[in-house]
Amino acid sequence: MQRFINNPDDIVDETVRGFVRAHAGRVRLDPGNARVVVAREAPVKGKVGIVTGGGSGHEPAFIGYTGRAMVDAVAVGELFSSPTAKSFHDAIRAADGGAGVAVLYGNYAGDNMNVKMAARMAARQGITVATVVANDDVCSAPLTEREKRRGVAGEIFMWKIGGAKAAAGASLDEVIATAQRAIDNCRSVGVGLGPCTLPAAGKPNFEIRAGTMEVGIGHHGEPGTRVEPLTSANAVADDMVALVLADHALPGGTEVAVLVSGLGATPVNELYVLYDRMADRIEAAGLKIHRGFVGNYFTSLEMVGATLTVMALDAELKALLDAPTDVPGL
Amino acid sequence: MGAGMTRLKNAGAADILWEVADVIVANKAYLSELDGKIGDGDHGFNMAKGFGRAKERIDEASGTLDSAMRTLSDILMSEIGGSMGPLYGMMFSDMADALDGAAEIDAAAFGRMIRAGLEGVQAIGSARVGDKTLLDTLVPAVETYEAALAEGNDWPQALSRMKAAAEAGRDSTLDMVAKMGRSSRLGERSRGVLDAGATSCCLILTALADGIGRRIVG
Repeated sequence: MQRFINNPDDIVDETVRGFVRAHAGRVRLDPGNARVVVAREAPVKGKVGIVTGGGSGHEPAFIGYTGRAMVDAVAVGELFSSPTAKSFHDAIRAADGGAGVAVLYGNYAGDNMNVKMAARMAARQGITVATVVANDDVCSAPLTEREKRRGVAGEIFMWKIGGAKAAAGASLDEVIATAQRAIDNCRSVGVGLGPCTLPAAGKPNFEIRAGTMEVGIGHHGEPGTRVEPLTSANAVADDMVALVLADHALPGGTEVAVLVSGLGATPVNELYVLYDRMADRIEAAGLKIHRGFVGNYFTSLEMVGATLTVMALDAELKALLDAPTDVPGL
Repeated sequence: MGAGMTRLKNAGAADILWEVADVIVANKAYLSELDGKIGDGDHGFNMAKGFGRAKERIDEASGTLDSAMRTLSDILMSEIGGSMGPLYGMMFSDMADALDGAAEIDAAAFGRMIRAGLEGVQAIGSARVGDKTLLDTLVPAVETYEAALAEGNDWPQALSRMKAAAEAGRDSTLDMVAKMGRSSRLGERSRGVLDAGATSCCLILTALADGIGRRIVG
C-alpha cells in the first residue's frame, strides 16, 4: 500500500500540527506541550474539565473530539502508544477551570499507568482529578471480567455525554457518574478484514488471510475471538449485532444510539451497507434506534474493517447525547 | 574484603548509566523483534530512544548515579510514554530517591536501591510474578541479591548472584502466558517467546552490576 509519509518519526507531530491548523477556530495547541490539543475556549472557569488521550493512529479519535461541550484537552501519544504522564498532566492543567477534571479514557495498560501518574502530579498542584475507564469491547474479555475489557468506540459516547454534562454545570462527581453510566450502557465489537502497518515497522504487525475475517479484533489488531470465512455484508452485520446484543440483554422498547465506525481503509459506503442490515436486526430485537452514526469515528491506521457500538439510552443520556456540541469529529 | 568494606563513590558514577544506555541501544533491534512476535514491536525503538536521549543529557564527568537516574527517569516519563515509560520511569526515580545523593554506595545501599526500584514498579503497575512481565526478572533478582547479602556474600558475589537470578527470571518468561499489556490478548499464543520487558530488565540489571563490578574490583 502506498502512503503519504515524510519521515515516520515525524508523523505524529505533523498530524497534530495539521489538525490544529485545519480546525483553528475550535482547537489550539498547548503552549508548553506540542502533544496536547486544547479546546479554544478551555479552561472554562467553574466548569469541570474533560480530558482524554491515547495513542495516535485512531484519528479522528482522540483529538477530533476536542471542542465546545465535549473534550477540553487531549494528550497525544505516539502511534498506538500511550501518551506520557507529562502530557496527560499538561492536558489536565489545560482543562482545569477550578471545578476538577474528569479524565475519560480507554482501558489499556499504558494509559492506566500514565493517567495514574498524571493524576498524582495534578493532585500535588491542588487539582482534583477523577477518572472513568472505558471498557466497552465485548470480545476482549468475558462479561464477568468487564474490568479487563478494552475501551473502543463507545468512548465517543462517553466523551459526548460527559462533556455535555460538564457543560451543563454539573459537579465533578455528577460528571463522573454520568460518564460512567454512558460507558456502562455501551457494548462494542470489531471485525477486521485486513491488517495495519506502523510506518516505522514497515510491515503489518499481524495477518488476516485472504477470504477470512477476524471477529472481535481490537483497535490495534489485538486478536479476535474467532477467524471465519468472510461471506456477505449481511452475515457480518448479523454476527456483530448478535455479539453486542447477547452481552447487553436490553429489555424490549429500549432506545439506543448506534455507531458504526470504519477502521481506516473500509469505504464509507460499505459502512452504510452494514448499517442498513444492523438497523434491521436491532429493530427486530425490539429496540428503538434514537440516533445512528455512520463514518470513520475511531480508526486504526489503514485497517480494513468496522466496529459497531450500541448504547442504551435513558431520558438524561438521550438529552446529553443530543445537546449541541462543536467538535471536528462529530 | 567483607561485604561492608567495598564502596563506590557516588560522584562520577553517572557513567555507569551510560553503559546501561549503550547496552539498551545496542539491543534495540533484538528487543523490538521479541516485542514484534507478541506485542506491537515498538519496545526496542522506545527503549533505545529514551536511553539514548538520557546518554546525551547525562553529565558523565561529575554526575552522581542518582542524578543520572533522575535524568533518565524524567526522559522516560515525559518523552517516551507507552507502558515502559512509566514503569522504568518509576523504577529509576525510586532508585534515585533511595540513593538520595549519598557520598558513597555500598552493597547495602545498592540493595536498598533495587528494592526501591522494584517497589516503584509495583506501585504503578498491577502485574505479579508469573504474568510474563519485567517483574519476572526484577523480583527474583532483588530477592536473590538480598538473600546473598544476608548469607554473608561480598558485594561482587551478591551482584553475580543477582545477574544469574535476573537471567533465570528472564528465561522463565519463555514458557509463560502473558497476563498484562497487549500481548495478554494472545493468551496461549504468547507462549514460547521471551517477554521483551523481562529481557530489557535483565539487560539493565546486568549492565548495572557489571558497571559497578568493574569499578569496585578494578
